[in-house]
Amino acid sequence: MSLLEISDLSVHFATEDGLVQAVRDISLTLDEGEILALCGESGCGKSVTAMSIPRLLPPDTTRLKGSIKLDGRELTTLPEPEMRRVRGKTVSVVFQEPMTSLNPSFTVGYQITEVLRRHEKLSRQAAAARAVELLELVGIPAPQRRMKEYPHQLSGGMRQRVMIAIAVACSPRVLIADEPTTALDVTIQAGVLDVFRDLRDRLGTAIILITHDLGVVADIADRAIVMYAGRAVEQAPVTELFANPRHPYTLGLMKALPSAAVNGRLAEIPGMVPSPLSDPDQCAFHDRCPRVQEDCRLSRPPLTRQGEGHLAACYYPGGDR
Amino acid sequence: MTEVMRRRRLWRRFRRRPMPMAGLVLVVAFVLLALIGPLVTGDPAAQDYMATLAPPSPEHLMGTDDLGRDAFARIAHGAQVSLQAGVLSTLLAMVVGIPIGLVAGFYRRWLDPIVMRLVDVTLAFPFLVFAVGLAAIIGPSLKGVVLALGFSQLPAVIRITRGEVLAVREMDYVAAAVADGAGDGHIIFRYVLPNCLSPLIVQATVAIPAAIIGEATLSFLGLGVQPPTPSWGVMLTTAQQYLSDAPWLAIWPGLMIALATLGFNLLGDGLRDVLDPRSAR
Repeated sequence: MSLLEISDLSVHFATEDGLVQAVRDISLTLDEGEILALCGESGCGKSVTAMSIPRLLPPDTTRLKGSIKLDGRELTTLPEPEMRRVRGKTVSVVFQEPMTSLNPSFTVGYQITEVLRRHEKLSRQAAAARAVELLELVGIPAPQRRMKEYPHQLSGGMRQRVMIAIAVACSPRVLIADEPTTALDVTIQAGVLDVFRDLRDRLGTAIILITHDLGVVADIADRAIVMYAGRAVEQAPVTELFANPRHPYTLGLMKALPSAAVNGRLAEIPGMVPSPLSDPDQCAFHDRCPRVQEDCRLSRPPLTRQGEGHLAACYYPGGDR
Repeated sequence: MTEVMRRRRLWRRFRRRPMPMAGLVLVVAFVLLALIGPLVTGDPAAQDYMATLAPPSPEHLMGTDDLGRDAFARIAHGAQVSLQAGVLSTLLAMVVGIPIGLVAGFYRRWLDPIVMRLVDVTLAFPFLVFAVGLAAIIGPSLKGVVLALGFSQLPAVIRITRGEVLAVREMDYVAAAVADGAGDGHIIFRYVLPNCLSPLIVQATVAIPAAIIGEATLSFLGLGVQPPTPSWGVMLTTAQQYLSDAPWLAIWPGLMIALATLGFNLLGDGLRDVLDPRSAR
């Protein structure tokens, strides 16, 4: 049994324009110590999928269907007080914006020890000692001194490391990292990714990495799920995905990578993402797809097996790069 | 060490501005007058029958009133009353208003519109009518003044707190706290409240002088502090009758009210500039 099993998850949001179908029938599994990348463009549902695991979506407007099982325990129906014990302890999150994700009124040390004292019931001294270890673990030099500093005294990369230290303070089983490197300088990105790899190796933490950056996926992930318009369109082990992409959307993304640029120009995917309000029974990618045929407009292609652990939702999958 | 550094930097930015510094000096002088003045000047009710309505002299620095009481002693004791009215009523408004604003702004739902409409209604209500009514119920006294002023400041405090909470609760660090498993109480007191304080501190420097004027107004009208307790407002009432014979009796309390109010307002302006989150921290 996998550590995390999501089956047939749909997440819709009630808005004035109607139900926004952010996530449609996603199923995925995550094993212990695995780094799974959820990738796709803005609004494809990757963040919503991940944030529905610790139930961080606005409760009054979210309509959620399906099942999320962690260690065999159903999270979607867990009472809120128990869910609060899961958040930060079993499942924790590193957000995208390191500059604004720390409380400006308290020291770094206070913010780390706070989580430890809440979930691990550590004494003030024990929590402080552990916090120093954690800062060291995420690669912050002079951790003793940093403990007493306020967020505004740290750089973005340092703050992101502090956020990671807080997230892994209670040795979570699942760590969700929402675009953890997007707001950082390229030179700092690699260091932060190393921290994630290191955590996985040392603590066996399973990591869900949300990103639109295929470079990051190739660098660190074991397996990747490519999402489009709220659905998984392709999933495969990363080496397989890059060697043999099957879905035209995945191919388009790869052609848009700077390293794949032809004559110094990046290839773009023409057209627009379809409306999240309606969900006709057809391929959501059909009007942007170079390989579109009549049946793509008549019914939605299901995920079909393309190879070992490799699924793609396309009637005409191809491998030409 | 770092907290000290932060304070020191704020202080440096504050000190460079002449107007807030002038305000700070005035406020400190006012507080010292209220705290130490009464000890130096002696009994404000002591009468010198040889000198009634006497002009300022070495013996009576600010002159005497119609009953031969030393005006400086009465100004100093009046400062105490003003300070109490200003600080206590503001404290009352903060202690009652901040929790209401926090809960309304944080939980929204049905509570927020109810609270905010009540605030609108209260704001539309003339302060003096309210104070007169309260004085009639409690009886004219410092307690009545503090309650009337405190409650008249309440809507502003609730509104400011709520507005600030609405902004702060959307901050990324609040979302991060939820993701770390923090409960509502913890989020409100550790994440929301500390980051809402700057505008409330500024509001206090506006509310205190307003309350000082309010106390003087109510006492002037006979609805506040009662004679023989010295209050700047009471002193002005007496001074009216002797405006041509002893104008200093009106000038001193008037000047004090003006200076104390000016001091707090200048200080508040300075604090707003320094604490404003939009200017770089």
